[in-house]
Amino acid sequence: MSEALRDTDRLDPNRNIEHRTMVQPGDAITPGTKGTPATVKRYGPLARLNHWVVAFSLIALALSGLALYSPYLYFLTGIFGGGQTTRWLHPWIGVLLFVSFYVFFAQLWRANLFNRDDLTWAMRFKDVVAGNEERLPEMGKYNAGQKFVFWGMSALILALIGTGVLIWQEYFAVYTAIETQRWAALLHAAAAIAIILIWITHVYASIWIQGTMRAMTRGNVTAGWAYRHHRKWLKQLAGLRRKTAPQANAVEHTKAAKHLGL
Amino acid sequence: MFMPNVPVGQPVPGFSEKDLIKRSASSVPEPARRLTEVAKLIDISKCIGCKACQSACIEWNDTHPEMESFQGTYMNPHDLTPNMFTLMRFNEWTNPETDKLEWLIRKDGCMHCSDPGCLKACPAPGAIVQYSNGIVDFVHDNCIGCGYCVKGCPFNIPRISQTDHKAYKCTLCSDRVAVGQGPACAKACPTHAISFGTKDEMKAEAADRVKDLNSRGYKNAGLYDPPGVGGTHVMYVLQHADKPHIYNDLPDDPKISSLVQAWKGAGKFAGLALIGFAAVASAAHAVFAGQNKVTKHDEEEGEALTGKDA
Repeated sequence: MSEALRDTDRLDPNRNIEHRTMVQPGDAITPGTKGTPATVKRYGPLARLNHWVVAFSLIALALSGLALYSPYLYFLTGIFGGGQTTRWLHPWIGVLLFVSFYVFFAQLWRANLFNRDDLTWAMRFKDVVAGNEERLPEMGKYNAGQKFVFWGMSALILALIGTGVLIWQEYFAVYTAIETQRWAALLHAAAAIAIILIWITHVYASIWIQGTMRAMTRGNVTAGWAYRHHRKWLKQLAGLRRKTAPQANAVEHTKAAKHLGL
Repeated sequence: MFMPNVPVGQPVPGFSEKDLIKRSASSVPEPARRLTEVAKLIDISKCIGCKACQSACIEWNDTHPEMESFQGTYMNPHDLTPNMFTLMRFNEWTNPETDKLEWLIRKDGCMHCSDPGCLKACPAPGAIVQYSNGIVDFVHDNCIGCGYCVKGCPFNIPRISQTDHKAYKCTLCSDRVAVGQGPACAKACPTHAISFGTKDEMKAEAADRVKDLNSRGYKNAGLYDPPGVGGTHVMYVLQHADKPHIYNDLPDDPKISSLVQAWKGAGKFAGLALIGFAAVASAAHAVFAGQNKVTKHDEEEGEALTGKDA
């Protein structure tokens, strides 16, 4: 495995570190057969399960939080069984989100480190929005937008759990001054708005870019999708396959792939 | 002020939903009738610290404060609690001008602000209301126990019960006032340090008291009716009105924290507007830009890269 990585590094114009961070354990090409197009594994079953736990908690938190955020949305407490239930449930869902997100974080952070291509990508944001991908640099497993979503969520979830604990009346209110809690309440609301905006971007991008959603449902994407949106990633996976040709299509069975249960 | 019991044989029409002028997280129509504004006047110069008011409060409101241990002060319990709506705060203060000890005993409790921070912060519709007579009341059926009122209050008054997870504070005995009686604490006070009446009457009484205190050498005596919260419906006569903070940290110029204003004011609308804008912008982008689709060319290239002999 390490042999293969070093070989493909030589093919890669970028530095080693960038390469190693671009392909993740479990990522692998499934060649097409007659009638079925080639696909590329992007997320294993546990990663997907984790994603959906995070997604479910984030949505539940947004709904219960918005209910207490604006009087116009107080009716949303009905979903959770009333105001009192919403009040005690919200922080516990927050704990679930925090834990599940950071398990996810541990799996993904390497592939989300920024590199020079991300800067070029961000500078040509007009082409990103217009869908002119031929004018953008070839991307690894994640593009700069996805990385922004990733780090934005990571930072905001930390801010939300931090400020949230300070205003968790039932268990923690006695430990801080009221002025501290006022700051926490204000920052909690601001961070919540920010994370909802990022969430909208995230969900919209997955709908706008056709063929994206299946990465989190079936766990794979088509080779065409990978070629269009994450060409560098696909090329590296193809390179890996070439180097391990005798066991082609067996990359997922390697030690690295088993790591983290992917 | 002497307050005789009103006859209770006939049901006295009390105040109700129709008398609300403010309701948390919701709005109320302008009430058809306006009750006379009431106020409780606490004359600190007359207080002897007997705590009859505390006992009367416990009795009338049927609360059950926990038995606590001695904290090194006459103050007992150690703080306001969900079961103790009023508390004598004792402070031994040496007057630097006379070099004499003065015992400043302040009866702490809800001030019933005209501009109540608790009500402003409350997210639960109708959990905090203000009647046109000025009383700010917690409606426990609607309370969700979030503790936002604690953050909104400039006086650190509301307490959240760990038993039923609802907020508690002095009601100004709204149930007694509704039937024409004064608060239990005022009724029990043996020195008439606590009076209750219309706000105008109480201001006039305070003016008399201030004049008397001035004549006794308290040249800074005055009425505490802080304008920062629109005035209050519990007012103090202070011997040293120029420095309220010596009375166990009574705020010199209380107002709703600007943090709470930002959190509960324009911030709300700005946040919702941003979310709305993001949703509309996404939808508009979908309409005008169309989906970002994989082309035939992408598919062929993808297959070529992943094919057996690639």
